[in-house]
Amino acid sequence: METLSNLWLGLETALSFWNLVYCMIGVFLGTAIGVLPGLGPVATIAMLLPVTFGLPPVSALIMLAGIYYGAQYGGSTTAILVNLPGESSSVVTALDGYQMARQGKAGTALATAAIGSFFAGTVATILLAIFAPPLADLALRFGPAEYFSLMVLGLVASIVLAHGSLLHAFGMIILGLLLGLIGTDVNSGTTRFTFGLPQMADGIGFVVVAMGVFGIGEIIGNLENESTRTVMLKSVTGLMPTRDDLKRIAAPILRGTALGSMLGILPGGGAMLASFAAYTLEKKVSKTPERFGKGAIEGVAGPESANNAGAQTSFIPMLTLGIPSNPVMALMIGAMIMQGIQPGPSVMTEQPVLFWGLIVSMWIGNLFLLVLNLPLIGLWVRMISVPYHFLYPAILVFCAIGVFSLNNATFDVYLMAIFGFLGYVFRKLDCEPAPMLLGFILGPMMEEHLRRAMLISKGDATVFLSRPISATMLILALVLLATVLAPVVRRKREEAFQEEG
Amino acid sequence: MSYVLQKKDFWAGALYIALGAAAFWIGRDYPMGSSVRMGAGYFPAVLSVALVLIGFASVARSFFQEGEAVGAIAWKPLLLIVGATALFGVLLQTLGLAVALIVLVLVSAAASQHFRIELKASIGLVLLVAFCALVFVKGLGVPLPLLGSWFGE
Repeated sequence: METLSNLWLGLETALSFWNLVYCMIGVFLGTAIGVLPGLGPVATIAMLLPVTFGLPPVSALIMLAGIYYGAQYGGSTTAILVNLPGESSSVVTALDGYQMARQGKAGTALATAAIGSFFAGTVATILLAIFAPPLADLALRFGPAEYFSLMVLGLVASIVLAHGSLLHAFGMIILGLLLGLIGTDVNSGTTRFTFGLPQMADGIGFVVVAMGVFGIGEIIGNLENESTRTVMLKSVTGLMPTRDDLKRIAAPILRGTALGSMLGILPGGGAMLASFAAYTLEKKVSKTPERFGKGAIEGVAGPESANNAGAQTSFIPMLTLGIPSNPVMALMIGAMIMQGIQPGPSVMTEQPVLFWGLIVSMWIGNLFLLVLNLPLIGLWVRMISVPYHFLYPAILVFCAIGVFSLNNATFDVYLMAIFGFLGYVFRKLDCEPAPMLLGFILGPMMEEHLRRAMLISKGDATVFLSRPISATMLILALVLLATVLAPVVRRKREEAFQEEG
Repeated sequence: MSYVLQKKDFWAGALYIALGAAAFWIGRDYPMGSSVRMGAGYFPAVLSVALVLIGFASVARSFFQEGEAVGAIAWKPLLLIVGATALFGVLLQTLGLAVALIVLVLVSAAASQHFRIELKASIGLVLLVAFCALVFVKGLGVPLPLLGSWFGE
């Protein structure tokens, strides 16, 4: 019954007038920016993050979470209407969703996505409420050795589950870890990699890195081949799915939710992996797999439920262990630190209002998604129709002002320009920047735990293997690494990501 | 050999080696400490060596494996977008937000092949500047100078 009283506490927090307002603004803004083609959730959250600084921590996080699933849903809308997925997790939605739109069933596709997302969000919220407390209890018993091993496991898993080359994922993680060390070393006071610049003594802001690499880098990449888009403008009618449609989407939604919830918890998992896996699953279980890619409604329902479930359950490791499983969670952790909250298992016990308020607000946010987005579809269509060459200068303006407002420093603007350049270079070289952002957040934490573990064990490195939980995690990491290097699995993995094209 | 020089793996490896070596060089004087009491230099040294090794692996791979070519670099968008962002920083202090924003938008917009000066876009630009001034400076209180030092502010 503790869960119920906790949920009650969360309900009271989330239903307070201002938190409701911030949740709604978050969902609205997130969708509005998320529907813009070429802007994924990471760039959207990074861009809108400065807006939340002035708010109290609970409201700020509620709003950010709202922005996240708003952006997620906005990306699906774009994928369905213009075949231009704003983020990797809606790539598969575009496969069948866009075909449905071309057949004049855009409304049904959008409604399917909304209903699937809502159902998945509800289930994932309940899972979060049930599984977070025991996990946090377990994590409270973690020492530095366990934490270090957990981070190793997390990073290894994110390499394995990331798409693209393993070697580059490794390289980018290490680069991220190094970037994270910039600034003053907390233990000795030595300033590291600051080039003698006082502006870098506190380290570089992760928003600067995220906006540079994901925002500006992406703009340059998009300008490489500007294409004209055709929006399925006239065909958004018939929002309500028929009874026949409902029958056909019920099972895919259930399967997608189950799969997405599981994959979301995994480090490196989250929305993207979930939607890919769900699409493959739907195609496998379907009696008529040849319909996929030609407007199969199951191909929208499954992945859309899965990516929302995954998006939600990826909050579990973030809230209970303080470890981000994907770049979006890395941004959330960054936001918590900026609000003066140390992410980790103690958040639940020390900040129950924040913890449970956030969880309940996720469900409310999903409700907002459902009731806001279907009526507002006309507005989203108009936003999508804004040509990219009008859009990106405005995005740049908001990035520049947003980064400046972090520390009121022009130095951060220059730094963002440098990371924008780097972001484009990474794109050209097929170096996925997402692992770098994870490394960047984990860098200082990993070093700190490594140092403490070694200090406690008096320099005996076997401490990581002699403590059972820590050893288990390291062995898991090793097994993961070994399996992914095995030729058979390797081929499968490449196949799984092939669909993206 | 010239073929290798076109590959993504080769250049990515070169980038890792360069960054790793630079990190190692800059961090060479940070106190290493011992494995019991790690100094500020311990973790960075381990990481930069690892990065260099990964770089060599990537370069080696480009010699022995098929790989994609880097392809054409979009110099115009690259220079204009990065340049416009940096220019915004410079102009913000000297000429103030309004001018800095106009320059940022115009320079970055010039990167598009659809760029041309027209009435509708100009009105949009003025509205955008007004919006930013109202929302960020007046509304959210971000200390952005509306007019810069050159205007005696």
